This record gives sequence, structure tokens and C-alpha cells, in this order.
Amino acid sequence: MEKMKLLAEWKYEPKKIERGYAGRTLYVNIGDRSFKEKPVTEDMKEKFVGGRGFGLKLLWDAVKDTTKWNDPENELVISGGPLCGITQYPGSGKCYTVFISPLTEQTYDSNAGGYFGPLLKFSGWDALEVQGKSDRDVILFIDGDNNKVEVYESPFEDINAVTITEALHEYFADSEEDKRNISVASTGKGAETTNWGCLNMSFYDLRRKTPRLKQAGRGGGGTVFRDKKLAAIVVRKRGVGPASNNPADISVLQRTGLKLHKEIRDLDDQQNKMRKVGTPHLNEIMNEYHLLPVHNYKFGQHPEASKIHSKIFEKLFTQGIPDGCWYGCSMACAKAVDGFELKTGPLKGKKVTVDGPEYETCAGLGSNIGIFDPEWIIEANFYADHYGIDTISLGTGLAFVCECYELGFLNKDITNGLELKFGSKDDLMELIHRMGRGDDKFASIVGLGIHKMKKVFAEKYGAPFEVMEKIGMEGQGIEVSEYVPKESVAQWGGYFLTLKGPQHDEAWLIFMDRVNKQLPTFEDKAEALHYFPNFRLWFSLVGLCKLPWNDIEPADNVVKYKGIEAAKVPEHVQNYVDLFNAVTGKSITKEELIVQSERVYNFQRVFQLRLGKGTRRDHNIPLRAIGPVFPEEWEVRTEYYDNELKAAGIDSKGLTTEEKIRKLQEYRLSQWEQLVDAVYKRRGWNKNGIPTVETLKRLGIDYPDVVEVVRKHSKPEDNWEE
Amino acid sequence: MKWLATYPERCVGCESCMLTCSKTWFKEEDKELSRIQVSSSESGYAINVCNQCGECIDYCPTLAIKRDNSGVVRIDESKCVGCLMCAGFCPTESMFVVEKREKPFKCIACGICSKECPSEALELKQD
Repeated sequence: MEKMKLLAEWKYEPKKIERGYAGRTLYVNIGDRSFKEKPVTEDMKEKFVGGRGFGLKLLWDAVKDTTKWNDPENELVISGGPLCGITQYPGSGKCYTVFISPLTEQTYDSNAGGYFGPLLKFSGWDALEVQGKSDRDVILFIDGDNNKVEVYESPFEDINAVTITEALHEYFADSEEDKRNISVASTGKGAETTNWGCLNMSFYDLRRKTPRLKQAGRGGGGTVFRDKKLAAIVVRKRGVGPASNNPADISVLQRTGLKLHKEIRDLDDQQNKMRKVGTPHLNEIMNEYHLLPVHNYKFGQHPEASKIHSKIFEKLFTQGIPDGCWYGCSMACAKAVDGFELKTGPLKGKKVTVDGPEYETCAGLGSNIGIFDPEWIIEANFYADHYGIDTISLGTGLAFVCECYELGFLNKDITNGLELKFGSKDDLMELIHRMGRGDDKFASIVGLGIHKMKKVFAEKYGAPFEVMEKIGMEGQGIEVSEYVPKESVAQWGGYFLTLKGPQHDEAWLIFMDRVNKQLPTFEDKAEALHYFPNFRLWFSLVGLCKLPWNDIEPADNVVKYKGIEAAKVPEHVQNYVDLFNAVTGKSITKEELIVQSERVYNFQRVFQLRLGKGTRRDHNIPLRAIGPVFPEEWEVRTEYYDNELKAAGIDSKGLTTEEKIRKLQEYRLSQWEQLVDAVYKRRGWNKNGIPTVETLKRLGIDYPDVVEVVRKHSKPEDNWEE
Repeated sequence: MKWLATYPERCVGCESCMLTCSKTWFKEEDKELSRIQVSSSESGYAINVCNQCGECIDYCPTLAIKRDNSGVVRIDESKCVGCLMCAGFCPTESMFVVEKREKPFKCIACGICSKECPSEALELKQD
């Protein structure tokens, strides 16, 4: 690669990390190429902790109430958090991206593994804030070794992830060994042509001798990235070691990390086999429990699901390699298929390493679109990453398109020749390539996401909007991730009473609620929808991955603890409390851990409100998410659904299937409203889903501008009756 | 391959191997810093030392652990990031981690301890 043209350079003072914090954040305006550092105050640490908390705080200060995702003042903030980069404990390399989303038009946060977060912090920065829009494609380089930030003109014609990441590891490294000191954030052409742009964060795999890509997949962060004309952000920092975070007490990190390594060593094969198959261990479990989305969530099971069983992927994934996406992750779920020869697209014939597929991709770009072919899924996974498209939104979006096609709302004239039925492998792959090329109008409409697709299909092609409202699996503008939530009232909340839409990072309550029946009342469900979203949010504040929390459990967890307590995995919660205190020198308790999260949870809720969302109206739920919409969905489980009606006290004698469906929908919608009330009350929100001023005060986030937003939107009639 | 054979039934628990080891490699007499660990067991003494099986090599994310020309498994400290996966996954738990050191350490079959052992409980072997 030829020498890149330097457009701007800024030097900074080196900074030692103190107890997990660099104590400052980096601001880059990519439009006028200006740079500055901002201090991290004690109040910021206390109230926002780091990671996503810092991201939201910086974004709050940067935007106006009217800012749209593609306005120059929208930012992309990337931040790790105080525990990010510790090497001793599994899952400690995550960073969090925060931005206003093109899909949801409110704040979004999405996390990724890879080395970007740790290397950014060890370069001296708790967060990177990128604002403005460049006039040309650029590469932002944070050189943590020489304490400078540089902006280069991008020399790349092909800005797709694999091409650009490989080239930049090569360009900025002095040797093969040095490549692991670099991480590249990139996306691809699909992030320009769709709203589903993901960010790929790399780490260099010394054994495979190739960069690996981990995705901050959801919400369209890649689309914001390309809107700013960023081709890549590169960070380089050499010399990372066990004490790079300068923790208050490293011995706790050693002890706790070693304990978890041994647990994983002894128990992973019996529990989830994360080390051998990663998250696809869920494929068969979800199918067994009617939770694997099939044909746009119409069904939860399929006879061909055995073809995507984890045993198949175990053979496809290269075994025996430490597949952690940061040092010390012995859970090693970052599986990869090596030497995969691509059969289609611009890289046809090339042998590549494919990261994944993960469970969500197997379901989204598999069962949900009626495809049960592992090789096809791997190929689609590769190109989605390469083009910078979120595999989850893509999968759910394509599933919606297939159903619309099969319902006759779309035809080949509209799709420009593609027959987009469930299982149409060749034509669906071609649609993905059209998104990657950006040369097809129909592909561009699909890439708008389901929320906007519904409108365009209705207005342009005369498709019935009310039917699409029922079957389009989106909430707050973003596609549902890959679990069938229909039969768990608590999971309706886990998906749809969320801060940013139906991803799966807040709560997964289906077994607890439906299988183990541990949440019988609405208050029980609301309690779970208070605790778990807050507990899980905490990972995003400190820079950790969720998986080592409960994808491995101590052998005696279910003996020592029962029910919901067991689901919390108390010993691992204590690990996190200990790790936090050992790094920061503070002394929080497990209860204070939840309060740390609650502050940011409520702050983000108010932020959505400030941007014109964040009320009860915005917690929409499609009927497909709460039960059958069409008779075929009922009739595959007639006995089960008849019993559901009976349990609800509804006499179904003499009713047609359509009438039964309507009855069940009415009943479940009334349950939904009760759930919403119970959850809002538990969270300290008013009837309209707005945090009360009392809640803000209790949490210490009653900053004048935050209170003002709440006051402006709160009405007396939305207060709860005493 | 060089490795240290152990005969725990001959061990008298004098701990001279541990003191020699720590002094040789860490320049201080501290049993905690020994790459061979002797402890009491029901039948007398147990000796825990690396058998150079090399399983740890595959767990290291930075390729810091390698087998040298003599077959001895060694850690390149300049590459080690102290993730401790090698220690956590060692089948004999002979990769040691102590509070006062950020990185793990292990026996490199130097054989000095075997020379100090008064009861011939240790023997440096070459296969």
C-alpha cells in the first residue's frame, strides 16, 4: 500500500491510566479536523461510570433536541469503561458505541469485542467522540505509541470491511507480531446503502494470521460512520500488560480470573460448550422450545432445524484455538470457519476466514428466512460483515420481505426480478449483494428497515399497511432479534419495554417466565424487568461482555440458590463487584451496582424523550410478537393454543380459527397493557413511561437540563393514582 | 525432551528444592516463588511441577508460550499479558500465579532442585 496522504495531525500529552480511567476523553471534529481533550470529572465517573454512560453523557452535551442521525452534530462515541482491558477475567475487552440511530431516530448503543476499546483507553482516552462530516473519505488514526492523532485521506476504492481491515493492519504494523497492537473500526458499502450499517472492530489473530472482525452490529452505527465519511478508525498501542489499567488491587483480578478460568475448564463442556461451538449451542435448544424464529416468526420450530444443529457447526469451526476476542477470554466463543471458499459475490472463489456465525445469525439468516443450509448461512454472514450490515436486522428484515412476497404484496416486477420466497437461497443472496453494490432501488428500500419499508410498500406498491403492522417484527424502528417472544408475557417486556427497541441485551426471561413459571404475577414480571435490564446494562458501563456472567455457572449455583436467585448467578455478580472495586479502589455493593445502572437507564430514557421519543406510544409491539396472526400459526399448535384460550377463561366452542386468534389477541393485548403499567410503576416512571422527577432525584441525576425535559413532557393526568 | 521426574514417596518435605528454585530464578528465598511446589498429603508429600506436556501452549493468545529446542515449555515474558488462561487450564495446575507477580511462571527443567534434593525425589530426565 502506498503512503497515505496526511490531512491533519494533533499531538497530545501521554497519560497514565489510574485505577481504570485515563481521566479524559478525546473529541475529534472530522468536518473541520479539529481536536481537543475533555476532562473526566469525578461527577461523571460517579453518575455515568464509563462506556455507554460516558457515550450518552457526551452525546447529550453535543446534540440539540432536534438533531437527526445525519446532522453533522450527531456523534459516534466509542468508550470502553473502567474495567475494559483487564487481561485476567474473561470478557473484558468490550467497547460501546453510542449515536443517534438512523433506524430508531433516538439514541442507540451497541457493543463490540475486539481490541479497539482497550487499545483506545491505553492510548490515553476513556472515550472517543467523533462529530462533524468530512468532505472526503478519511481514516482517523490514534497513535497511542507516539501520542498523536492523525487524519489521512482514504486511498481505498473498496471500503468493505475485510479489504480495509487487512490493509490497515498491514500498513500500521512494523511486523507480523506488531499487528496485534492494532485495532481497526470499519464498515462497508452496505452501511451507505442501508440503515443497517454495523461497525466491525478488529483484533489480529496471530495463529490464523488474519484480522478477525467483531461487530457492534445493531442500530445503524455503521451508517452514521459512513455518513461522516469515515472509512476507518485505527488505534495502535503497544505494550499492553496485566497492569495496564493500574488497578487498585491486581491480586483480586488474578484470583477472580483464575477461578473463572477453572470453572470454564471444568464445566463448559457439560454446560454450554461455548469453547467448542460458541453461541450456536442455542440453535437446537431454541428449536426444541418453539423459540427458534421460522418464516418471519410465524413458527418456533422446523423439521429441518437439525441441519443447523450445533454439532454441524462444531465440525465447521476450527477447534483448539484460543478464540477470545480479548486477552484472557477463556470462554472463547469467537468461533471462526477457516478456508471457506466463497461461492458468490465480488470475492467469489476466494478462501476466507469467516467470523461466526453466531446463534442470532444462524436464526436470522437461516431459519427465519427458511434456509437451513450452514454453508449459505456462513456465506451470508461473511458478506454481511464485509458490506457492514447487521446480520440481525438483515435477517429479520429479509424475513419480513419474504412474507410480504408470499402474501402477494410484492412481486418480481417490484423486486427487479428476484423471487423472494422463504428459502429462495440464490435470490436472497443476490439481494444482499445488491445492498452491497448499492445499484438497486428495491434493495435500497429493504435497507431502510422494516419500520420504513411498511410505509413504502403501502404507498408505492399498495400493500395493506394494517397487515404489515401485524407481521413486521420491529419496535421503536428496529428489527427484533432472533427469539420468538410470543408465549412469554415477560419477554414481551424484555423486547418491547426497552430503551432502544427489541434487541436482546436487556432481558431474556422466557425460561424463567414460561418454562420454569417463576414470574406468576405482573409485579413479579415487572421486578424481573427492573433487575435484569439494569444488571445487564452494567456490563456496558464498565466494558465487559455479558456472556461469562451466565453462559457458565458455578457447579453449585442451582444447589445453593433457587429460582430467580439462581438465574442471577450470585457468585458471578459478586465477582463483578469485586472486580469493580479492585480496579477503581471504590467499595460498591451489589445493590449499588444496580443503582449505577439505573442512573444511566433513566438518563437514556429521558434522552429519548428529549429527541421526541421515549413515551408509552413509542413502546409499540406488533401482534406477531404476542401470538399467532394467521391460522397456520395457530394450527401447528392447535391443542396448545386452545388450552391458552381456556386458561384465559375464554370459551372457544364453535369459533373458527380466525375468531380464536382475535380472542387471544384481545386477551393478550390486555395483558400487555397490564404489564406496561406494572413495569412503568416499578421503574419509577409515570403512566406515559416518563421517569418522574422523584426518580431522577433518588438517582442523583436531577441535573437542571434533565429535569427540564421531564417537566416539559409530563402531564398531571399521567401521574399514578394513590 | 527435558523434564523433571518426581518420586514423591521419597520426598522428606525439607523444601530445599523450593528455596533453591526461588533463589535461582527470582533471587529471593520465598517458597511461594518456587516453580516446584511441595505440600503435605495423606501419604506424605505431594510434588507439583510442570511435566512439560505443553497443553498451555495452545491456550496462550499471544503465542508467548513455546517449546524450546530441548523440549522445555517456556514463557516469553515480553509477550505475556498475564491473562492466566495457561494457569487456569493447566491439567496439573503447575503454572503458578502469586500476588506479588503479575505474570505466571513454571518449571523450565533446569534441574538445580534435583541436585539439592537430599532424598533423590527429583530427577532431571531427557527423553
